[in-house]
Amino acid sequence: MIAANKMFRRTEPYILLAIIALSILIQIQSGQFYSGNNLVDLARSMIVPALFSAGCMMVIISGGIDVSFTAIGSLAMFITDKYLLSINYSGPVIVSYLMSAALGLLMGAINGFFIGILQLPTLVVTLGTASLFTGIMYGAFAASASDVPPAIAAHGKSILFTATNAQTGLSSNMPMQIFILVGVLLLVFFLLRYTMLGRGIYAIGGDENAAERAGFNVKGIKFFLYCFVGALAGITGIVRISMMAYADPSTMLGMELIVIAAVVLGGTRVTGGSGTLIGTLLGVLLMTILSNSLILIGISTYWSRVFTGSVIIIGTAVSAYRTKLKR
Amino acid sequence: MKTSVLAGSSLENRSNIRRLIIILLFVTVLMTIVRPSQFPTISNFNSMMRQFPEYGIMAIGISLTMITGGIDLGVVGTANLSAILAAKFLISLMKSGVSAEAIAPYIVLAILMSITTGLVCGAFAGFLIARLNIPPILATLGTQQLFTGIAIGITNGRPQSGLPLLYSSIGNYQFFNLIPVSFVIFLLVALGAGFLLSRTRLGFQMYMLGTNSRASWYAGLNNSSIIVRTYMMSGFLSSLAGLIMMARANSAKAEYGTPYTLQCVLIAVLGGIDPNGGAGTITGVAIAILILQFLSSGLNMFNSISNFYRDVIWGGVLLLVLMINKFNVWNGKVRGNP
Repeated sequence: MIAANKMFRRTEPYILLAIIALSILIQIQSGQFYSGNNLVDLARSMIVPALFSAGCMMVIISGGIDVSFTAIGSLAMFITDKYLLSINYSGPVIVSYLMSAALGLLMGAINGFFIGILQLPTLVVTLGTASLFTGIMYGAFAASASDVPPAIAAHGKSILFTATNAQTGLSSNMPMQIFILVGVLLLVFFLLRYTMLGRGIYAIGGDENAAERAGFNVKGIKFFLYCFVGALAGITGIVRISMMAYADPSTMLGMELIVIAAVVLGGTRVTGGSGTLIGTLLGVLLMTILSNSLILIGISTYWSRVFTGSVIIIGTAVSAYRTKLKR
Repeated sequence: MKTSVLAGSSLENRSNIRRLIIILLFVTVLMTIVRPSQFPTISNFNSMMRQFPEYGIMAIGISLTMITGGIDLGVVGTANLSAILAAKFLISLMKSGVSAEAIAPYIVLAILMSITTGLVCGAFAGFLIARLNIPPILATLGTQQLFTGIAIGITNGRPQSGLPLLYSSIGNYQFFNLIPVSFVIFLLVALGAGFLLSRTRLGFQMYMLGTNSRASWYAGLNNSSIIVRTYMMSGFLSSLAGLIMMARANSAKAEYGTPYTLQCVLIAVLGGIDPNGGAGTITGVAIAILILQFLSSGLNMFNSISNFYRDVIWGGVLLLVLMINKFNVWNGKVRGNP
């Protein structure tokens, strides 16, 4: 009884219920939800937002908010792509990941400097850096859609398995990049759960002064956090272009809102201090189902932003209301 | 920076405004030197006066919310939604055959409709923040999506054009062929907001709330009511900006002016509004608007500079100003306890 009570005070069961309800609705409307290829498609479209959401969740847990990670991911992958193309790079794909992660880390360090070291408000800083990075991408590099180096293209073509829908004849491929997602999730899980750094991120989000007095190096942890999130965004950029097989600089811009919505929807407390990876993944799944399946249930794509907006508002309202109850 | 309503504040505000005026003079002199035939001309100043009111008014709206310790990221969405509703109303009247002479009262009606929309949008954001306790950043990120989404939904993302000629001729009217109507509206808004903040009870309460919401609550202030009224003012100002944009473009569009959000936050911070709330003046914001417009018009005079560099400059300036303000706090004379 107590266990059940405790379980339903968490957010995850409710999102799971929402997902099940939504999937049954779509199944009834279209008959296409529980088909192998649709599920693979869902997993496939979850990879990029889920990678972003892991970092975004850490930032929100720490009590901040980051709107620059898509800009970081885009610029990091774009420079990497251009550079590797210019030297006719033909080595292993890991180099592109490392390079993009390093560039992302550098850009994240700029966020970390302003937010962690100078203690400036996260939203205003990341609005500024997001504008800076997109401006550099379009201004200095005159970015436009371009090819990807052969290594990345080959990496994008490597497929784990293919699911074919017997009814419609459509088939979907599960890309290898799913392993990168799994790896990143494990790393973040380990970091948050078993390291002092991770506990520090929760502590800062709970109460920054208390964390400082408890002996956490608040500035250092924040600086690390934004570097880490930047590196993660760089990796995500390469995942994105390898799955698309071309480098479109605008492909990830604007995704930040959906990711933030997913994280908050997943039960991460909006004022910081609490949040789980499972909840975040469920949030991403719900957002992905919503955006992939609005057409399946007969809603025009013109209204999709109304859905994103409503989901952000409802999700944050529920989260804020629960925080209030706990006090 | 947290002591603006206390005795030391006027000193700090004055030094901030002095610094802003120096920057403004510097930009003016610089642009005059590098583009002597283009920058210091009447036609340039006239075109600048037509450009900045729309985002200037929204920047004042954002500043008001930032003074209370919040932020309104939904201003552009509110502006476009309210303009689109007015535009749809006027266009449908034109289609149903209302003559050009008889449309005047309907234009007044459309303007009232648009302002009401702005007030409702603002009240909604205020409700989310004050009653549901959603942090202002997330609440208004949500309302921005929601309002833009509704605007896209009801227009299928298409621009609404075919407005009555009378509307744009009023909106683009210039007194003495020099001073645009929109500039006069901006002046009235700036004076009104300045008066509100420095001379009224609500203005004082907004600073109190922004300095320390718990203390203001214990002092017996109705925090919820102050927040809702502040966001309604921001919504009202956004709808004015929407009406001006509609007149200038002679149409309304769901995604018009999207970069204005960042620009308005930048102006507010540059103008000395403390992002944590409780400090800043409209005079500072007004000078910041001029600085940004001078810079932006000046940059336009260089064909070789891509428009995208503007993003770099805005972002860079924002970070720089944040940093300068920060160090100024550390070295300054008046230190409040945050």
